[in-house]
Amino acid sequence: MSLQPFTLVTGKAAPMLAANIDTDVIMPKQFLKGIDRSGLDRGLFFDLRFLPSGELNPDFVLNQPAWQGASFMVVGPNFGCGSSREHAVWGLKQMGIRALIGSSFAGIFYDNCQRNGVLLITLDESVLQRLGKAVSQADQAQISVDLEAQEIRLADGQVIPFQIDNLRKTALLLGLDAIGSTLQRSEQIKAFEHRHLAANPWLS
Amino acid sequence: MTARTLYDKHIDSHTVCPLDDQGHVLLYIDRQVINEYTSPQAFSGLREAGRTVWRPGTALAVVDHVNPTTPQRIAAMPDAGGARQVSYLAENCRDFGIELLDILDKRQGIEHVIAPEQGFILPGMVIAAGDSHTTTYGALGAFGFGIGTSEIEHLLASQTLVYKRLKTMRVTVDGDLAPGLTSKDVIMALIGKIGASGATGYAIEFRGSTIDALSVEARMTICNMAVEAGARGAFMAPDEKVFAYLKGKPRAPQGELWEKALLEWRKLHTDDDAVFDREVQLDATTLEPMVTWGTSPDQAAPIGARVPDPQDVSDLILRQDMRRALNYMGLEAGMPLSEIVISHAFIGSCTNARIEDLRDAASVVRGKHVAGHVRAMIVPGSTEVRDQAEAEGLAAIFIDAGFEWRQSGCSMCLAMNDDVLAPGDRCASSTNRNFEGRQGAGARTHLMSPAMVAAAAIRGHLTDIRHFGARP
Repeated sequence: MSLQPFTLVTGKAAPMLAANIDTDVIMPKQFLKGIDRSGLDRGLFFDLRFLPSGELNPDFVLNQPAWQGASFMVVGPNFGCGSSREHAVWGLKQMGIRALIGSSFAGIFYDNCQRNGVLLITLDESVLQRLGKAVSQADQAQISVDLEAQEIRLADGQVIPFQIDNLRKTALLLGLDAIGSTLQRSEQIKAFEHRHLAANPWLS
Repeated sequence: MTARTLYDKHIDSHTVCPLDDQGHVLLYIDRQVINEYTSPQAFSGLREAGRTVWRPGTALAVVDHVNPTTPQRIAAMPDAGGARQVSYLAENCRDFGIELLDILDKRQGIEHVIAPEQGFILPGMVIAAGDSHTTTYGALGAFGFGIGTSEIEHLLASQTLVYKRLKTMRVTVDGDLAPGLTSKDVIMALIGKIGASGATGYAIEFRGSTIDALSVEARMTICNMAVEAGARGAFMAPDEKVFAYLKGKPRAPQGELWEKALLEWRKLHTDDDAVFDREVQLDATTLEPMVTWGTSPDQAAPIGARVPDPQDVSDLILRQDMRRALNYMGLEAGMPLSEIVISHAFIGSCTNARIEDLRDAASVVRGKHVAGHVRAMIVPGSTEVRDQAEAEGLAAIFIDAGFEWRQSGCSMCLAMNDDVLAPGDRCASSTNRNFEGRQGAGARTHLMSPAMVAAAAIRGHLTDIRHFGARP
């Protein structure tokens, strides 16, 4: 399955700067009972986005006019911690989120985003705070993320550079199918496996 | 050759090829464990692309997350979603040739309990599975880590993952644990010390006299919860206790092969001169029984402490997080933790529902009775654990004390099945996560050791296990 390439994306950035937002909060348990990926936009941040009455919670950032339809989220440290559930990333993607910008991300969540073409940008805490402050103002919420140039462009003209491994960058830019790429190395894997099992015969 | 950590040795011996000069490698994975809720889309992906499973014999599937744990085991799932996941898992296992331990199998249980129990996990292996608590396998001298569904598909198709080498952290725990303290208190104290993201980007090696003295099962609790500090993997050098634990297990090597394996397994340790990126020390003699008061596993304190006051914290973000947590938990700053009244007690999960955990809990509740306002449940980690506990008379002790004695599964650790708390319920829990809504929307979780849960169930409030016997 190839992915939508990520090149230059412009859109609103919603701030959500609390620490340790876990995948249970991003996608609660009642939305994990499917065998496909559909309908997870409904479950995203369910307990925060909806009031007990079922109406949209007007206090939640993604429900506020300035950040509705956001393409990006600017998030607090250790975002995506906890459960490995990829449903969290599918939900974010279905809500239109193309990239998350934070100071640190949980490991499994990081890999899950990469596999789904969702760009994760890690910035120093002080730079992130500056960005968070900017996009928290309704008239500054619009930003552009240029992956090729590795730059975030703010509404006021500021430019924030970011780092990313080339391997990840290329995969995102081209929307590569990771499995297809790996299976091109089938002969290498077979040769390794042959040696590995010969050296550790109890693994056969 | 330069000195290497045990982590380096695992990664080096499983590297098919480097992929760049930034630490990415194609990593060969020896085993994976598959459950019904994170795997369906991976199998669908294979079907859509017309791909096969590379080596079906290296995967073991089990139903654990969505099944009910009612005392009478039945094959049918009570809800349509769970039923669909269970039947699709069976269909996938049949079509792709993977062994399935279904709900009626005597070997069924929580994946991280049954995989070691079956001897499916061996020292020196690298294991990846679609569940974050795959870190558990570090206790056996293997290296395990959690992956998402897309990675499960990648692994099924190619037996490999595109992997980036982690930094290494060594946690040295020395000294004797005081009576009443367990490995759960060790790992909760560590998470409290380094924080919920303190080990993000790291693999942790645990060592020290405290670890050496622990049983293999107790060590699993530590490696299991290392992920709650952000670690992408945890490991411990395998020792004679590990080899004794594995010997004779159904899937462990036998005879000549066992002897051959043992020779290799004894080499699995960090070289003396190896350098870790970070060193952390923990003095086990100063530890007290730990409980969480907040909604992140690092929001924990000794049971003798009080609910902390956000006013005392200078960091603005931390203070806001604490306020939010106390608000969700319905707690007042300054209140003694031991006065927190519970409505539920839960002993279960891949962290603490093995036979030793149940023995611990039974020794606390023997001859006593659960407080009138508490609903108390025991959900054994596997069907084998359940059977053994019944044979040892533990089940009778629990039932006499007023606990529900249930079938195995993940159950109320994450409440994907019908074991769900109501808003406002407050649960003393032997599990691993106290996140908002984890055990049910609006429900409140306090993490602690199984013995501490047992004591809280009897008293009706959080209780210091060290003083439990002394008071009426």
